[in-house]
Amino acid sequence: MSAAPAPTLQLSGIDKEFLGVRALKGVGLRLFPGEVHALMGQNGAGKSTLIKVLTGVYSADRGEMVLAGQKVMPASPLQAQKLGISTVYQEVNLCANLSVAENIFAGRYPRHGAAGGWRIDWATMNRRASELLARLNLTIDVTRVLSSCSVAVQQMVSIARALSISSTVLILDEPTSSLDEDEVQRLFTVLRRLRDEGLAILFVTHFLDQVYAISDRITVLRNGEQVGEYRAADLGPQALIAAMIGRELQGAASAGAAPVVSDANSPPLLEAKGIAQRGHLQATDIQLRAGEVFGLGGLLGSGRTELARLLFGLAAADHGELWVDGRPVRLDKPADAVALGFALCPEDRKTDGIVAELSLRENIALALQARRGLRGFMAVADQAAMAERFVASLGIKAASVEMPIGQLSGGNQQKAMLARWLATEPRLLILDEPTRGIDVAAKQEIMDEILRLAGAGMAVLFISSEMNEVVRVSHRIAVLRDRRKVGELPGGSTEQAVYHLIAGEA
Amino acid sequence: MSAILPSPRLAALKQHRLLWPLVTLLILLAINATFNPNFLHLAWREGHLYGSLIDILNRAAPLMLVALGMTLVIATRGIDISVGATVAIAAALVAWMIGGKLVMTDGVSTYVSRFPMSLAIIAALAVALLCGAWNGLLVARVGMQPIIATLILMVAGRGIAQLITGGQIITIYYAPFFFVGNGHLFGLPFALFIAVAVFIALQLVTTRTALGLFIQAVGINPSAAHGAGVPARRITVWVYAFCGFCAGAAGLIVASNVKSADGNNAGQLLELDAILAVTLGGTALTGGQFSLAGSVIGALIIQTLTYGIYSLGVPPEINLVVKAIVVFVVMLMQSPEFRRSVQQLARRAPSGATR
Repeated sequence: MSAAPAPTLQLSGIDKEFLGVRALKGVGLRLFPGEVHALMGQNGAGKSTLIKVLTGVYSADRGEMVLAGQKVMPASPLQAQKLGISTVYQEVNLCANLSVAENIFAGRYPRHGAAGGWRIDWATMNRRASELLARLNLTIDVTRVLSSCSVAVQQMVSIARALSISSTVLILDEPTSSLDEDEVQRLFTVLRRLRDEGLAILFVTHFLDQVYAISDRITVLRNGEQVGEYRAADLGPQALIAAMIGRELQGAASAGAAPVVSDANSPPLLEAKGIAQRGHLQATDIQLRAGEVFGLGGLLGSGRTELARLLFGLAAADHGELWVDGRPVRLDKPADAVALGFALCPEDRKTDGIVAELSLRENIALALQARRGLRGFMAVADQAAMAERFVASLGIKAASVEMPIGQLSGGNQQKAMLARWLATEPRLLILDEPTRGIDVAAKQEIMDEILRLAGAGMAVLFISSEMNEVVRVSHRIAVLRDRRKVGELPGGSTEQAVYHLIAGEA
Repeated sequence: MSAILPSPRLAALKQHRLLWPLVTLLILLAINATFNPNFLHLAWREGHLYGSLIDILNRAAPLMLVALGMTLVIATRGIDISVGATVAIAAALVAWMIGGKLVMTDGVSTYVSRFPMSLAIIAALAVALLCGAWNGLLVARVGMQPIIATLILMVAGRGIAQLITGGQIITIYYAPFFFVGNGHLFGLPFALFIAVAVFIALQLVTTRTALGLFIQAVGINPSAAHGAGVPARRITVWVYAFCGFCAGAAGLIVASNVKSADGNNAGQLLELDAILAVTLGGTALTGGQFSLAGSVIGALIIQTLTYGIYSLGVPPEINLVVKAIVVFVVMLMQSPEFRRSVQQLARRAPSGATR
């Protein structure tokens, strides 16, 4: 590392204000060719805003941007793309009903004859799509419909599309949040190769280990300000967290030994006996007791979410029985489960959780109101008081409880979902990936809250792809593989023990 | 009381969702008043108020009713294009059940109804409610697209109405029934009271119970609402049923007004006017947040427009074109995006001139 090369892209003094809130205050960013640069910060630190300025979605109020020695300021995503700045977003935004090749070349199809010919040159398009994907170590039939591909492949297709627009800067906004371990490794292999080809890559993630696995340089934002730019080798994980949250993180609480179950002879709160759903879950037995955090481990698609949906009446079991307090029950719809005192925070909070245009207050009140029925209407003032209480106790950051929930950051939306269900004072709380896509500090707070709730006598079913979280908070862990339960582990087991079960080596 | 409002309150007023519908209505009223000097004139005659404004209120009542029902359906992300047919069914049923036969009693000729009037009215409303519930079941239980589900009744309903009337136009002779569409209460048209009563009842039910919250949640994110334990399907069925009920009430007014029932033409294209009224009132067709008051204003806008076109002597062969143009302009005016681009143009023009 002698004379550092000039940065491909340099931002300096970027200011951006929304309705009087300064989202970015004099932020700078330098992206070097042949480097992976991680952009880190808590939810609401300004990462998304900065990326949107970079890609022309927002225009900065002040500041300048220099790309390859030229002063530029993209006014639209299209213009940014033409300048060579390509983005792959967290949610894959492609057309699911088109083929892989069509997605890669959408809007820029190669034509027969001179440029601007009428007929699409399908052969050329498919050949060039295959070549692009081959550069990403992917050999698939490019005429396949995109929706038939896995999320990981769809992500590769987004990257291929970005690369095909001859980019010099590639921005990846949380590309790994829906990938499993193997897929993440494959993505990283591709990123390293692209980096070695001289691309400047900006990478946003919430997974600390991934930051260190791939990044060369780290920029940390906090409350819209740039805390600093560091070389990844010089900034340890503890220091990185401290930079992000502005203080040292306290030692994480953990579940430790099994809780004192009041009466081991009493029937369990919930017992599933051979519950199964064709094509989704094979016969599974589990028992949940009050005051206990029950972890569900397993890879994506192992049947964790399917089990949760069966326990909450979101899907109908075609075999097996559910017993609550020693009595058989039928759950035809979530309202039945809610009536029994169950609660479920869904995995995909955007599509199944939040009601984006309604206020934070209405979103928090929704489940309790549904449980109380039409006539048990809570006056708006009572709803607001309740929402304020949860905003304070869970540390939800919002200008007011009347703000549409869609405008809050992911972590705050997740806390609001938790608040929605805590308001119903549930006996059983099912949490499906409650920590996905939220920052370290919020994760910590949510897990502490889970343990506190179990301590207060609630049964918690905790589902997470992050095995270290599962082993840390759970009193017992069931491991799923290939849509069936393969074993159960006691609290305090190691991550390795869980992985052994998943791999079928136990 | 200073003339200048404090700026935050002015800003809140500018943000208010009913501002543009009200402005539109006032402009239309002003245009009418300019070209027709008698437009704003009200007179007390034979124990009730007379005038163009009263006439508009009276004639807008059926549309208001249908638009109120439609508002809730649209708020759940649905649409009901069968309300016109439901109006025809209710009108046909009530006309057939009442009819009117000339009887001589003690040398005085009177008309008597076939069934008691109250029974006829209840039956017509009940059948309209069932029509709506049928739509609701198709949407919520069978899972049909609302436009297709209600298209079925839109087409079949006219047939059912014809079946009831035997393909004829049934004339009603039984005088007490005329009160519904032509009578007056406290000097104002009785039909108006029906519409206002339904509006007040709905306003109370949606703000004093959880119904408003549930309907909005179902309209914005049905999956989240279902997952939170909201009885989304049941609400959907009832919302459609209620929309049918409103159409039924409108059908009673229409039948009483013209003292007959025409299976083919009663409530013709009313569904489109109702959808238009809801949209003019500021409720988005994408569902979610809704404004009942907005829909009432929307219905008044449409009726004022129709009245204006007739009273200004627009030739009948082009009045639909005129109506279309006005609706187009009103829609543009109410679109925030359009207003913004006009503002930008206005701002850019002077700066370009100085250069």
